[in-house]
Amino acid sequence: MITFWAAALALTLMLYVLLDGFDLGVGMLFGIAPDETARRHMVQAIAPVWDGNETWLVLAATILFGAFPTVYALLLSAFYLPLLLMLAALILRGVAFEFRYKSRRLRRVWDAGFVGGSYCAAFVQGVTVGALVQELPVRDGLYAGGAFTWLTPFSLLCGLGLCLGYALLGAAWLCGKTESDVRDLGFRLLPRLLLGVLVFLGAAFAYALAMNLRVLHRWVERPEMLVLPLVGAAACAGLLYAVRRRNDALPFPLVALIFAAAFATLAASFLPYMVPFSVTVKEAAAPEASLSFMFWGAGVVVLPITLIYTLVVYRVFKGKVDVAEHYD
Amino acid sequence: MDISALMLSRIQFAFTVSFHIIFPAFTVGLAAWLAFLQARAMISREPVYDRLFDFWLKIFAIAFGLGVVSGIVMAFQFGTNWSELARRTGPIQGPLLGYESFTAFALEASFFGVLMFGRARVPRWFYLFACLMVCLGTSLSSFWILVNNSWMQYPTGFALRPDGVFVPTDWWAILFNGVVWVRFPHMVLAAYVTTSFCVAATGAWYMLRGSDRIEARAMIRMGLGLAAILVPLQLFFGHLTGDYVVKHQPSKIAAIEGHWESQAPAGEILFAWPDEAQEKNHFVVALPAPIGSLIDDGTLTGTVIGIKDIPKADRPPVLIPFFAFRIMVGCGLLMLALAWGGMAFYATGRLERARWLQWAIFLSFPLGFVATLTGWFTAEVGRQPWTVYGQLRTADAATPFLTSPQVATSLAVFGAVYALIFAAGTVYIYRMLRAGILPTPAHAGSTANPKRPLAVPGDSPGAPGGTPSGTPAE
Repeated sequence: MITFWAAALALTLMLYVLLDGFDLGVGMLFGIAPDETARRHMVQAIAPVWDGNETWLVLAATILFGAFPTVYALLLSAFYLPLLLMLAALILRGVAFEFRYKSRRLRRVWDAGFVGGSYCAAFVQGVTVGALVQELPVRDGLYAGGAFTWLTPFSLLCGLGLCLGYALLGAAWLCGKTESDVRDLGFRLLPRLLLGVLVFLGAAFAYALAMNLRVLHRWVERPEMLVLPLVGAAACAGLLYAVRRRNDALPFPLVALIFAAAFATLAASFLPYMVPFSVTVKEAAAPEASLSFMFWGAGVVVLPITLIYTLVVYRVFKGKVDVAEHYD
Repeated sequence: MDISALMLSRIQFAFTVSFHIIFPAFTVGLAAWLAFLQARAMISREPVYDRLFDFWLKIFAIAFGLGVVSGIVMAFQFGTNWSELARRTGPIQGPLLGYESFTAFALEASFFGVLMFGRARVPRWFYLFACLMVCLGTSLSSFWILVNNSWMQYPTGFALRPDGVFVPTDWWAILFNGVVWVRFPHMVLAAYVTTSFCVAATGAWYMLRGSDRIEARAMIRMGLGLAAILVPLQLFFGHLTGDYVVKHQPSKIAAIEGHWESQAPAGEILFAWPDEAQEKNHFVVALPAPIGSLIDDGTLTGTVIGIKDIPKADRPPVLIPFFAFRIMVGCGLLMLALAWGGMAFYATGRLERARWLQWAIFLSFPLGFVATLTGWFTAEVGRQPWTVYGQLRTADAATPFLTSPQVATSLAVFGAVYALIFAAGTVYIYRMLRAGILPTPAHAGSTANPKRPLAVPGDSPGAPGGTPSGTPAE
């Protein structure tokens, strides 16, 4: 039961990162779109699905609440200010989808909120991952740090890194979803963003070595984990090939693979800890009665159905955005 | 946590949840209304239903968007500001809210995309299916929220572990108790009534200014007609809701009734100014005994508990539940009069000449929102000083290490962001309502289908001259 919910949480978070990752990425790239046509094109590429994508964040939060309440209480309160920033950013970015077409004078404001909100949400998510890797002070399962404990050079670096990563996802999505100038923009950006991500990973690794972070010891203990970065490296090579061949369909799955490899690497380095390295998955789990109540309904029935209709909705909107149909 | 951080956290929760509830109160009903219009349009093929559907879909889009973004905040606040509550009641509240996001949030969010952008891409039956799924999603969402909140009002089916954690022992009791199944219909009816009055008020507005005549009549007929049936039903469920408070929450009913001394038989206080310092009421207007006893427990001699019989440490603030309850009931009675009166005038063909009544219906649009909000104020403030009634005090539920500057910052940020998006959302909805229905182009089946809520002519900077919507604006 505990394993099921830990896996469900990992799957949900992973889907969130991949799905909202690309629409946050498109939101960032929206800032450098050359003209209004390109901007509409970009919004059109994500408008039908962004809401569903963001839902995976809520699903992850509630799985955490239901299955691992101590961790939910610990992490959310420890990251009070960054989460506030992220929520405000997600709000401003979410309303922009509707509001930018309704406004007379404020379109620039909503567009700025859209771009800024996308950057900010991505950055904060990266910062929290960075702070987790660096370890939070925890005593008796309760957070023992201050309001700004999460704020370190390493966490800021991770924030930057995730922005680059989401932008990479976004660019790959645009290659597959759009035509003409926006697609070209995507292809131009992909190699540069990939380079940025690799530089970030190198810097983060060097920093971790210098600080002698405990995460590194896990890698020495578990050399089989090195398969995962190798998968990521292979996906990078594949991506460069796809860009050279101007293949529309390949970039997104390949970038998704890079993300999956990175995500799995992190998860494997943390296990069996949920909050590294203080609370294990087992310690965090809710009582059996809670886990099985969720399992027999939400777990076996609703989660698969949710996955199915997410696929259905993506199928409905498959293919390129039609340039002619995106005007209001 | 220091006292001011606790108070600020309470204000923040009250503010964000009040802001949030406005939109579900509207969209739960609106989703059902849209599904109904879509079904009617498919069956009758009368264009008026299609036109109404297109029109209300645009408004739904904005309200739904605001509901979603303000709802995401709620999913986090239990952990950020109320971490002790989350830690201790997580095994119960977590799965309930988990079910909400699994069964409702994901469903409505995904099919909302189809509703807004998929009309030309899916067959008509699937489009109706998407409408129904959004409607189902919004209703399921209310269900789980009400199960969760009802457990906080009437905790049941749990055992308390030595470390203070609430462990569920009987989910059946948590899901299927009399409190849930009275409060859930009460909330859904509130949403439907709120939407009915918004629809009817829009119809009355157009009737007053003489535009969109067919749609105006249809909206008044459907809005008021539904309200004429639902408002009495709502008053009945409201009474049942009161019954559970009488049975399970003595401190709340004492604050609502506003008697300081226990009485048997008791009168019913219609109006007063309760004075908590002196423990007495000023300016009392009351109905004589035994009306209070009759209302509370249906007998001529029943005891109505007084506030003084509740230990001081366990008393809720009196003023807010006392007045919020009376405002809610007042709105309910006013809506009943309007719905029945309006329908009587409509049925006898006198409504079109009775401009005063059209004005009254037009101005009635906030009544449902006010009643919903004040109803929640009564329920939530009346539950104080408890977060989980009788089990966990609000002061013990908050995040222990949170400081006032942190909460003040978050409250200020939420205040500013919500003010901005609320103001903009209201203006955009107002503009669409003011623009009226007629400019909407042909739809359904035609290739000129709107893929997103249409920009109202002249609204888009790209279309300064007011291009008919649905055609390229640039």
